[in-house]
Amino acid sequence: MENITVKVNGVEISVPKGTTVLEAAHNAGFEIPTLCYMKEINEIGACRICVTEVNEGRGFRLVAGCVYPCSPNMEILTNSPKVIESRKKTLELILSTHDRKCLSCVRSGNCELQKLCKDYGVEDAGKYDGVNEHYEIDDTAAHMYRDNNKCILCRRCVAVCSKTQGIGVIGANERGFKTFIGSAFNMGLGETSCVSCGQCIAVCPVGAIAEKDYTKQVMAAIADPEKTVIVQTAPAVRAGLGEAFGLPIGTNVEGKMVAALRRLGFDKVFDTDFAADLTIMEEANEFVERVQNGGTLPMITSCSPGWIKFCEHYYPDLLDHLSSCKSPQQMFGATAKTYWAEKMGIDPKNIVMVSIMPCTAKKFEIGRPDQNAAGVPDVDFALTTRELGRMIERAGINFLGLEDEKFDDPLGISTGAAVIFGATGGVMEAALRTAYNTLTGKTLVDIPQVRGTEGIKEFAVDELNVKVKVASGLSNARQILDDIRAGKCNAQFIEIMACPGGCVNGGGQPQVPMGIRNFTDIRAERAKVLYNLDKEMPIRQSHENPAIQELYKTYFEKPGSHKAHEVLHTTYVKRKINEV
Amino acid sequence: MMGSGGLIVMDEDNCMVDIAKFFLEFTVDESCGKCTPCRIGTKRMWEILDRITKGKGTVEDLDKLEELAYHVKGNSLCGLGQTAPNPVLSTLRCFRDEYLAHVVDKKCPAGVCKDLLSFEIEKDKCFGCGMCAKQCPAEAITVTDYTAPGKKKPAYSIDKNKCVKCGACIATCKFKAIIKK
Repeated sequence: MENITVKVNGVEISVPKGTTVLEAAHNAGFEIPTLCYMKEINEIGACRICVTEVNEGRGFRLVAGCVYPCSPNMEILTNSPKVIESRKKTLELILSTHDRKCLSCVRSGNCELQKLCKDYGVEDAGKYDGVNEHYEIDDTAAHMYRDNNKCILCRRCVAVCSKTQGIGVIGANERGFKTFIGSAFNMGLGETSCVSCGQCIAVCPVGAIAEKDYTKQVMAAIADPEKTVIVQTAPAVRAGLGEAFGLPIGTNVEGKMVAALRRLGFDKVFDTDFAADLTIMEEANEFVERVQNGGTLPMITSCSPGWIKFCEHYYPDLLDHLSSCKSPQQMFGATAKTYWAEKMGIDPKNIVMVSIMPCTAKKFEIGRPDQNAAGVPDVDFALTTRELGRMIERAGINFLGLEDEKFDDPLGISTGAAVIFGATGGVMEAALRTAYNTLTGKTLVDIPQVRGTEGIKEFAVDELNVKVKVASGLSNARQILDDIRAGKCNAQFIEIMACPGGCVNGGGQPQVPMGIRNFTDIRAERAKVLYNLDKEMPIRQSHENPAIQELYKTYFEKPGSHKAHEVLHTTYVKRKINEV
Repeated sequence: MMGSGGLIVMDEDNCMVDIAKFFLEFTVDESCGKCTPCRIGTKRMWEILDRITKGKGTVEDLDKLEELAYHVKGNSLCGLGQTAPNPVLSTLRCFRDEYLAHVVDKKCPAGVCKDLLSFEIEKDKCFGCGMCAKQCPAEAITVTDYTAPGKKKPAYSIDKNKCVKCGACIATCKFKAIIKK
């Protein structure tokens, strides 16, 4: 591609034609602040925080650096007094409509607006105070609330919902100064066909959208001597939790996390990975049965509750394609409150099952029908990675100073196949490992074709005569589902995860400032943690997990047995668009 | 002044602060709400102008208004926001004295800004016909016990607390006995 030369703050640099001012400045070592900009997702130049002075031969003028393309010999000033003053004034204007309740805000210390105000020396937050609209908090959804009094109208949530996820249940209502983000006709989010993926929370720069916090209830349960409080942690949590404590993106904190959970007072610290292995046993069996008995194909995985809700709302005619397996979170809860409760002689009513998930849709999932194998809900509380981070801080645990500890037995025993469930392609790879070994007797553990962050991946296992597809991000899922509807899908087994890149990039993971996300693929960095863990595991195939073998021997008999169906499988609901 | 290319002829009865507010109200309404400077900036400018026309403006408000106007002009995304402050900037440039009269003297020289006006009946000119009192929608005009020399009927006066400054009395008075200040 043709290169052009530009000068950023006097530093000459050569960039490909079409490079934006923001990217050129980044390459030259100068960061331009942004609030609305999300690379390839929200390039609308709306917030005007990124204004930069450029001279294209006609004198310096202000342009939006995030979207303005470089021209040959352009001079760029990213931090001239005029630029700094403009950004400061825009911040002051934003603050005049913001509720400025930083002290009681969930994002305090991790807020992009707060940081910019500090960086740009905003002395008087109330300089342009005037009359503002007051908005009621929308807490109708199961997983989150929206407080528009904090919203800065950057529209990242709108873009991620409609572009990345292809759902678009939120948008800008009204116009001008009265603009606010909400659903059509100002419906509560809980009344729409929001799938609870939480991607909007993950990209919100401020505290306008956040997950519903259940840390208080969990702490109360822990303090209750009558209750046995057990916890399970999803694979992706260990790849993201460190970020809440300032560790670099892509740091494995499995050992520290287990230690912290024990110090928080959980009676047993288990691993959702155990249930991931169990999922593979059930799902692989279901797939083989469908192939042999002429069941509905392609079969689609059912681990991601955001994806399930999406399918129920938007493709209810394709629900038969979904595997009937519960998600690992629910399988874990069901197994713990039946098998483990029996084994330990504890009444399931006295077990409080807490899950730590990178996901907000799990909060919706625990309240679904047909998710109570022992007559009580399989899972009582689903916390996000962020909530766990807050709990650890609140308890005064020196997370970074903790020595690594191991999960408890037996529901903490897992394999390499389970830990990669947290990344897109991981469930497929795990399933293929077991299927390949069962059908051919040979071992296939590394399947790079299904790894990586592309939206849709395809792989043909010639020896099994099986074609598989993997999709992450619901707009990618739509393409595959449309193909199935049209009868054009040639795959037999499909993995779909609601969040782009899989659970590692889930809506419950610690928020990463967009200034970093725009230049780092956090999906890939966090997934690396999981693949490295897999590589180091002594056992890398689910069916070889000794705890799983023991479970089937003593309790479920075999995958797909009557008992397994009662405990580990579920049903789905046909929903309509914008009807709950 | 506005981007339409139209020409508006105005005389000393037009208050330039009020004109700036009028044009800005239009752009506040028309703003789509996408970019920050236009969405919030024009609204805050309008609020400052509103304060000034109500006699609640300060000299600092003028500086703040000018600063904001240049900010919105230079930072907005589209032509609407980039030209919205023009009426404010050009009136500030050409008619600063009118702004100062509003802010410092709390007077509207053109007699437009109602909050800065008061209506009064000049007792010695009043013939006591009572037409103004009949027209007054607020029943603010009542008869007094003073009769001016050479007049047959007692004069009327306006209760400033009741007056809504509609101007109906001035329009009715044949003797030009009512003035606004």
